[in-house]
Amino acid sequence: MDFSLTPEHEMVVRMVRDFAEKEVAPYIKEYDRAHKPFVRAIERMAELGIMGICIPVRYGGQGMDYISLGLACEELERVDTFLRVVMSVHVGLNSLGLLQWGTEEQKQRFLVPQARGERWAAFGLTEPGAGSDVAAMAATARREGDSYILNGEKMWISLASMAHNFLVFARTDPKAPPHQGITAFIVERETKGITTGDIHGKLGVRAGSTGWIAMNDVEVPAENRLGEEGEGFKIAMSCLDNGRYTIGAGATGLIRACLEASAKYAHERRTFGRPIAEHQLVQQMIARMRRDYEIGRLLYLRAGWLKNQGIRNTWQTSLAKWFATEASFAAASDAIQIHGAYGYSDEYDVERFLRNAKGACIYEGTSQIHELIQAQYVLGYRQDRPLRCELPAYDPEEWQREA
Amino acid sequence: MSNDIFVWIEQFNGQVAGPSWEAIGAARTLSQTLGGQVCACIFGQGVEALAKDAIAYGADKVFLADDPTLADFRLEPYTALMAELARQHQPALILMGATARGRDLGPAVAVDLETGCVADCTALEFQDGQLVATRPIYAGKLLCTCTVPERRPAVFTLRSRAFPKPEPDPSRTGEIIQVAPILKEEDIPSKVTGFQETVGGVNLADAAIIVSGGRGVGGPEGFEPIRELARTLKAAVGASRAAVDAGWIPYEHQVGQTGKTVSPDLYIACGISGAIQHQAGMRTSKVIVAINKDPEAPIFQLARYGIVGDLFKYVPALAEELKKRLGA
Amino acid sequence: MHIVVCTKQTPDSAAKLTVDAAGNVSWGDSPIVINPWDEYAVEEALLIKERLGGNARVTVISMGPEAALEALKHAIAMGADEGIRIWDPIFEGSDTLATSYVLAKAIEKMGDVDLVLFGKSAIDSQTGQIPVEVAYRLGFSPLTYVIKIAELDPAGKTIIAERLLEQGRQVVKAPLPAVVGTIKGINEPRYPSFMGIRKATRAQYPVWSATDIGADPAKVGAAGSGVRWTRIFSPPTREGKAEIIQAETVEETVRILVDKLMAEKVI
Repeated sequence: MDFSLTPEHEMVVRMVRDFAEKEVAPYIKEYDRAHKPFVRAIERMAELGIMGICIPVRYGGQGMDYISLGLACEELERVDTFLRVVMSVHVGLNSLGLLQWGTEEQKQRFLVPQARGERWAAFGLTEPGAGSDVAAMAATARREGDSYILNGEKMWISLASMAHNFLVFARTDPKAPPHQGITAFIVERETKGITTGDIHGKLGVRAGSTGWIAMNDVEVPAENRLGEEGEGFKIAMSCLDNGRYTIGAGATGLIRACLEASAKYAHERRTFGRPIAEHQLVQQMIARMRRDYEIGRLLYLRAGWLKNQGIRNTWQTSLAKWFATEASFAAASDAIQIHGAYGYSDEYDVERFLRNAKGACIYEGTSQIHELIQAQYVLGYRQDRPLRCELPAYDPEEWQREA
Repeated sequence: MSNDIFVWIEQFNGQVAGPSWEAIGAARTLSQTLGGQVCACIFGQGVEALAKDAIAYGADKVFLADDPTLADFRLEPYTALMAELARQHQPALILMGATARGRDLGPAVAVDLETGCVADCTALEFQDGQLVATRPIYAGKLLCTCTVPERRPAVFTLRSRAFPKPEPDPSRTGEIIQVAPILKEEDIPSKVTGFQETVGGVNLADAAIIVSGGRGVGGPEGFEPIRELARTLKAAVGASRAAVDAGWIPYEHQVGQTGKTVSPDLYIACGISGAIQHQAGMRTSKVIVAINKDPEAPIFQLARYGIVGDLFKYVPALAEELKKRLGA
Repeated sequence: MHIVVCTKQTPDSAAKLTVDAAGNVSWGDSPIVINPWDEYAVEEALLIKERLGGNARVTVISMGPEAALEALKHAIAMGADEGIRIWDPIFEGSDTLATSYVLAKAIEKMGDVDLVLFGKSAIDSQTGQIPVEVAYRLGFSPLTYVIKIAELDPAGKTIIAERLLEQGRQVVKAPLPAVVGTIKGINEPRYPSFMGIRKATRAQYPVWSATDIGADPAKVGAAGSGVRWTRIFSPPTREGKAEIIQAETVEETVRILVDKLMAEKVI
């Protein structure tokens, strides 16, 4: 067993950190306060290749491994959650879904521009009436000749109003149970019948973009269907294995942000004649943050390692996501406590950390869903079955081959 | 070897750089221990008048080279002449200001003479017969002491405003020796083809008072009250890296680790939290005043006086009060 | 065109430094990074190479022990072509006089160098003397504090540079080969690319010893140095916290402040 990062990983970490610290950290408060999407930051992530970090070079990506993806997410969310959300939907939920399930032709057409950051990607699973309960999905896709006609609405979709490509799920067989009747489609924004909009008044991730997609008789050519008809549920679940991985890694970065801010402030602030760092109850909160950061990191790195090996990691990823998101919320809350009244104001970052932490306890499986998943695996109510297409194991040579 | 001390007098368009007189002052002090003469070296064109000033400030002797080839500061002719004078007269020490030009000339002369050059000294004193220089390292987070134990002359460049500027005494007398340049124009490869002077700027390194703005000024227009206060105090305008990186004010104004290092009598930090990198550039200021909304900002650990509050209220009020008091 | 960039490794600029009684400086678990000023020099070299349509080679060198690899790796990851470490145990204890000698010997050995780029200074020892000393030793045009390379003519072997001095910008035309000391503002250094990172971690970094560069042992290390560092220590800490001035009104507060500043004789 080897717990050390490779020199490559270390350089990736430094590069992503430098970007986030130089180009995002100085301005994030301004965007967050104004509820203004920080578009320039996303464009820069695209230019720098971060949005194609773990996609093979021949598909327009940078050819790094899945661990690099996790490390990048940790660094990004350490500065602000919205950066990591972009990675979750663009890379985790969408691009890796194409890498896993797409035909060669689909990869060339859709994955290449996405990995290059030329076209941004979103993931359309959740609906106004269907979140964790996928069976309640109302969107439909009707086969008509060489096309499908899509109708319905998707809600709480990150990058809804900005993405160019959507991976959308709809029922092709309304009578079949969800794990058989749902199909996945790659839908381009330019398609007739697509409208999108933003959701306002969010608690957190205010520099990001979250919205809805409405599909009104949207005609999608059959070659845009990802996987087989009726395979959508499995595809969605496998995409979540990757999305949740980025969230777990990101939330770990958020814990680190809380830890760093708290340690710094604890040295600066004095009460009762000494720095609050010397008060034991403050030390306790800091110790817990350190503990949770280390656990979160070990959990997501293990999930990343499993992905690199090509081993299914559904429960390990779920555990990483569940643990780190809940722990990040607790860390942010304690960070505010350590900052006292100042932490309650937006002069400091920690109140933003708390607002940003909450969302990830809800999306891509609420904490409650993840608790159930963990129990069900232990109790034998749930087990992994081989998929028709597995996420490919990381093979450096294969990933870095030019064509 | 003599016990003389050479001081290079830096001038630009006939104006002597502040640190040069400070270096003369330092040389005077050192010569009390060393016993030799303080020799000013003045190079340029049409700079004869400066020789008397140098004597008034404390030089015993002036080597004056007045020649068209020396009109602009260029390293080749200046180094050749300085090194040649040193070879002829064998001074114990060569001092100059740690300005842009001084920090070029000092080491170039040192290489020519195969001797040591200590950069950017903030203090000089004799200990056991050896001249010990103190200088900041790691952006002023640490200090070190250096000596040039064997080689002579030893070259030292002196940080701006680290040494007191002596009072000129016009009654002092001294010897002025005309010297000729070493290089002819055709032997000097680099040509100065232009100079764009910074307009309306007060040189941060020379400024006795600096008013600086940081992230708290909020935008380019937020520097207006800062500039107004600076005008009232005849001060230079500084800025933190945050303000420069945000594009609110040009880089020339940046104080700190990646900007200028300053040491004014008074430094007024407005809306600057005082990150360690900023402190590195201004911590040696004599009196620091901080105006910041955040009472926990690290700048208050460094400042002598602090006002906790909105800079947009206090900075204009301070300018008003000063106008009244200074009769401006 | 062959461009050499001289780099150094330093502790991260945000590092908290401590120094023990023996004068050993430590920076906790802060990483060793490329000297931040050197990133401008690397970037400028890459920009020149791009302007020349790739018709240039960028070699990065660093004089230092194993840790100097960090600086070389970063430069390669940004896009430099090759990295060479210059090291020999006898280089230990070199001041700028000796260091500039070693660097000049290494550059001389390459033989075909047109341009040598430096960062303004190293953020640790912060002398800023090396660029001019190397230029002087090699007889290259010495161009320091360069904020803009206005013109570079490899065929005509000339360079026009704008140098930022205290009073403004001096424009200098000089022959190549030249040494250019860059300052912040000359460009915006790029981040390493992922492809560059892979290249940097897999590249071979030859080490040139004193013998390799033909250095005279009497001119390197402590023997070849003019300056000796005798002590390193923390600056005296400023006395405690600021005296916070707070009166009933804004006007009263600033009046008290002005009183105090006048009493201090700083205005």
